[in-house]
Amino acid sequence: MIRLLTETFDPGAELNTFSAGRTVTGAVASFLGIARGEPGQAVALELEAYPGFTEQEIARFIEKAIDRFGLQDAAVLHRIGPIAPGEPIVLVLTASPHRREAFQACDYLMDYLKSRAPFWKKEPGPDGDRWVEPTARDLSDIERWG
Amino acid sequence: MARVLLFGRLRDIAGWRERSFGPAGRLSAIKALIRLEDAGLADAIEGPGVQAAVDKALVRGDVDLGPDAEVAFLPAMSGG
Repeated sequence: MIRLLTETFDPGAELNTFSAGRTVTGAVASFLGIARGEPGQAVALELEAYPGFTEQEIARFIEKAIDRFGLQDAAVLHRIGPIAPGEPIVLVLTASPHRREAFQACDYLMDYLKSRAPFWKKEPGPDGDRWVEPTARDLSDIERWG
Repeated sequence: MARVLLFGRLRDIAGWRERSFGPAGRLSAIKALIRLEDAGLADAIEGPGVQAAVDKALVRGDVDLGPDAEVAFLPAMSGG
């Protein structure tokens, strides 16, 4: 499941909903990414998506993660538009019978989302807003999964 | 007519996000029409890291377009 959201969301409520009624799930892992900003900054970053395409590409990767790690379920919630410092940007949730696969799948999905997911990110800087691309660290993180 | 969508820095270069071009039966014809109007944008579209999608599927090289195709030019994706 993938949802793109233009407004902030409640990660705890989403985790509770995702975890509810899972009688054969031994582990739910979560990752919450938060917008990091500077003091006094109104907008930490702005994310643009291609509606329909972005969801479709992320859904394909979620299916890959489910197959690769034998997950029972996985969900990605991702903000788009302007995001204020301190607001959640992304929540990844994975469910599996055992913890190791849930942790690994969460890590895998985040490495994908940070490096290859169809978003275009604009950040404010001293010389005005600028479009940013994945860092070398983001790219090497996804490479380690082969 | 094809509906052309721009994202990220391409949108800033062009000053628009969505426009119709055509009639054009191939992706190369759309690029040629864009070049007639805005050579800077055409150069950016041909630049490194830019991919094209037709009807929300990534394509390589030149491809045929349906009568109401949606063509998107996607700069290097930044991740979230």
